[in-house]
Amino acid sequence: MSTGVLHTGHEVHPPSGWRRWLFTTNHKDIGILYLVFGFGMLLVGGSLAMLIRTELMRPTMAILSPEAYNQVITLHGLIMVFAAVMPITTGLANYLIPMMIGAPDMALPRLNNWGFWLLPAAAVTLVIPIVLKLIGIGNGAIDTGWTMYAPLSVQAGPGVDFAIFAIIMLGMSSLMSSINIIVTIFNLRTQGMTMMKMPIFVWSWLITAFLLIAVFPVFIGAVIMLFADRHLGTNFFNPAGGGDPILWQHLFWFFGHPEVYILFLPTAGILSHILATFSRKPMYGHRAQIYAYWAIGIMSVMVWAHHMFTSGLSVPVTLYFMYSTMAISVPVAVLFFCWIATMWRGSMTFETPMLFALGYIVLFGIGGLTGLALADAVADQQYHNSYFLVAHFHYALFGGPVMGIIAAAYYYLPKVTGYMYNERLGKWHFWLTVIGFNITFMPQFFLGIAGMPRRIPDYALQFASLNMMSSLGAFVLGSAQLLFVYNVIRTVRHAGAKATDRVWEGASGLEFTLSSPPPYHSFSVQPVVD
Amino acid sequence: MTPFKRLIAWPVVAAAGFFPVPVSASYPWNFPAPVTPIARETLHVHDIFLEIIVTIFLLVLSVFLYSIFRHRKSRGYPAAKFTKPRTPLQWALISIPFLILTFIDYVILGVPAYHAVLALANTHNSRMVVRITGSQWKWQYAYPGLGIKYISRLSTPEDQIDNEDPKGPHFLRQVNHPLVLPVNEKIRLLVTSDDVLHSWWVPAFGVKQTAVPGFLRSTWVNIDKPGVYRGQCASLCGIGHAFMPIVVVAKSQAGFQRWVAKEQTAEAEQVAETSVTMTKAALLAHGQKVFQNNCSVCHQATGLGIPGTFPPIAAGHPFQAAPQMTQAIQKRGFYKNGVIVIGPVANHIRIVLHGIPGTPMPAFASQLSDVDIAAVITYERNSFGNHTGDVVQPEEVRNARQEH
Ligand code: HEC
Ligand SMILES: [Cu+2]
Repeated sequence: MSTGVLHTGHEVHPPSGWRRWLFTTNHKDIGILYLVFGFGMLLVGGSLAMLIRTELMRPTMAILSPEAYNQVITLHGLIMVFAAVMPITTGLANYLIPMMIGAPDMALPRLNNWGFWLLPAAAVTLVIPIVLKLIGIGNGAIDTGWTMYAPLSVQAGPGVDFAIFAIIMLGMSSLMSSINIIVTIFNLRTQGMTMMKMPIFVWSWLITAFLLIAVFPVFIGAVIMLFADRHLGTNFFNPAGGGDPILWQHLFWFFGHPEVYILFLPTAGILSHILATFSRKPMYGHRAQIYAYWAIGIMSVMVWAHHMFTSGLSVPVTLYFMYSTMAISVPVAVLFFCWIATMWRGSMTFETPMLFALGYIVLFGIGGLTGLALADAVADQQYHNSYFLVAHFHYALFGGPVMGIIAAAYYYLPKVTGYMYNERLGKWHFWLTVIGFNITFMPQFFLGIAGMPRRIPDYALQFASLNMMSSLGAFVLGSAQLLFVYNVIRTVRHAGAKATDRVWEGASGLEFTLSSPPPYHSFSVQPVVD
Repeated sequence: MTPFKRLIAWPVVAAAGFFPVPVSASYPWNFPAPVTPIARETLHVHDIFLEIIVTIFLLVLSVFLYSIFRHRKSRGYPAAKFTKPRTPLQWALISIPFLILTFIDYVILGVPAYHAVLALANTHNSRMVVRITGSQWKWQYAYPGLGIKYISRLSTPEDQIDNEDPKGPHFLRQVNHPLVLPVNEKIRLLVTSDDVLHSWWVPAFGVKQTAVPGFLRSTWVNIDKPGVYRGQCASLCGIGHAFMPIVVVAKSQAGFQRWVAKEQTAEAEQVAETSVTMTKAALLAHGQKVFQNNCSVCHQATGLGIPGTFPPIAAGHPFQAAPQMTQAIQKRGFYKNGVIVIGPVANHIRIVLHGIPGTPMPAFASQLSDVDIAAVITYERNSFGNHTGDVVQPEEVRNARQEH
């Protein structure tokens, strides 16, 4: 790679004040907007989780009524998936992809602006019913669980309609950013940047974007059908009118299962970069990882009904979904292999991003292995909808994507702000997070196999001690995140040392050839990759 | 318990011991002892799984930790440069873990799973059938061959839930009328629902079956030990989801036959009652019980309902809700000028019998007897400050049933 900081000399300066952010078409500004919004919503979703764990601390109705509890768990799920993790990974894509492939900006800048500004509108639509309820209108937000199973979602209150509109907006936003990312990757790669030379993060997002385009429209269609059942007299999900409630589950999970990989893949990409940087060694199996992404992407749309083993599937269908689900373990194992092989015989140091990356491997590993257990259709009779499942997907989704985005945040913070974050605080943040996380979710595996179902605000006495433990862990986990917020604010205010252009000794990639922080318009002249 | 399980279980339990909260005697962290072939199969598979995944985890973790401790810059370890396997030998070595994984997936786990799926689906050769219907928020059990049918619902007193009384050992896991099944007999369970999805789950049986309205799903149990087995609904079904437990009492064949005989006389007595005219006092007393058990979850024990969703029963009370809802209630004669009024008796009977389609108001025709319905309507029309003086007799309800 041969390139330096290349400016045209006549920098265009952004307008100042709110106009800059509202009208911006600059990929870095939009990236920052996504990240600020996403991390903000991560705190909102996390606060809801604190409410849940406070309610569940003891076997009694403590602070939430059953009505409120159902709303809180539903919003927690919807917010974490759609308003926190997805916007954060999209923000990383916006900020990083043009710099990683040597492009001056995203290919469709105005679409990029629309795509972002739909998000706050969607988030407001989702939660506004709570505000309405407080002033005496309606009965609150959606309370059906994030899976919105019919017929409960057909008969539930107007909160569901608000959620339907929010999901349509979120879907449009995701589709716009996916189209933008694909067009950018296909058309704006700099000279010499062939597809196979493309950084792995860019690859992970390419597959993610295709997945989103394949499955999100199905979900939008499904929620429109739900809306029609609720208000227009159709009977898609109503057995009395010839419909089938299970149809909803098929449509939902056709989207919902790939969604898990939509959250996972971009963070897997970032993880590979971080491991290579702090091992001071080139990434192992770049090509193998690309093939694994393809395999995961394709397989992920073929396994959805493993979420429905207790809904009553025929024997051949059950067997197909069980065996196809097991097959996904192979490409995921390829990724694990490449990650550990990247570390192997490296010259490692353990700055905060590296710690979170290593934590990711261990925790996501537990999530993946327990997923293998859930693939067994008969054992799933016991695991399904129990706390075992809750523990499994928190290991998979917090242990994976959330650890990944925190790692990415520490990794790129110095690049974005030009200043180093506080390493001591970062390490505290890591250890408290990992310890708190395990105390929260490890007991839940045992609660599940002992028979505690998910989504209940009150429970039998035999589950009391493990729930108490889980709640205390959750409070540690929750408060640890305040260290992160403080550390980020400190860095944005330039409290640390100045960062070099390369930031990390082992870092490579076009984004690290730019200054820290990078100029408002980067790569106005194409760099050349050889 | 396998050594592996003990390995992970004990730190969790030890840690849990530090938090002094009420606990019942049963283990809080493991499968209840299995009492059906499917549950035993599940536990067996679960044990193999656990051994395998803990082994994989520990193996990979040791490689990982070895690398972290050996290959660090602070120990002066120089970074290698390799990025992929080079020699055929390396390729062969690298493929080994993936072949092992595939072998685990499709042979070690896949083969037993195949047989278990077939076994679970095989509901043939059962001499007895029980029909289970979930509805918000109770279970209905029917024995088609025996003419027995009843409703089973949470019997934990409200005061224990509200923390006013100490909690009993079976807090939230006790019912007024458990499902009774004979042991050593293959019993086919037909599961369905009246309203939304529910899921009938008893961990000791290894059975979890979603109850889907409009469809019958079947599964089976063959219990080999008399005893009391507890579980609960496992599919979010609205605000009462945590409060629809399942209790199964498994009896010896002789014990079961005695129970059947007793139930059948009780049902016969109930049928006889229907033709009798009852006093207002008797109807009110019985009606209050029926209301508490069936209606108060929605319309509230106070009869005041919940604004926006569940209309009050008490006349003269305002009710705020979406106009489509209030207009519909007005049409049925239960609402005027923003307040609840008591509508015509005939409508009242029709609503309780057949529910209000498209709303959460359930149809009680198949759940309550004529006596129950007559009593609850009499009660509603003469309580919560209502003074219509109307007395509805079981006879009228029976006639209303026949209309349809
Ligand atoms: C699952 C909740 C639920 C339960 C249980 C329930 N109801 Fe209702 N009930 C409703 C709802 C909701 C409505 C209003 C339906 C509408 O018009 O939208 C209603 C309406 C009614 C009405 C009509 C009055 C009116 O304002 O329209 C009567 C009478 C009634 N219920 C009686 C009963 C009786 C008697 C029971 C017990 C045997 C009972 N309900 C149990 C939810 C419930
Ligand atoms: Cu239920």
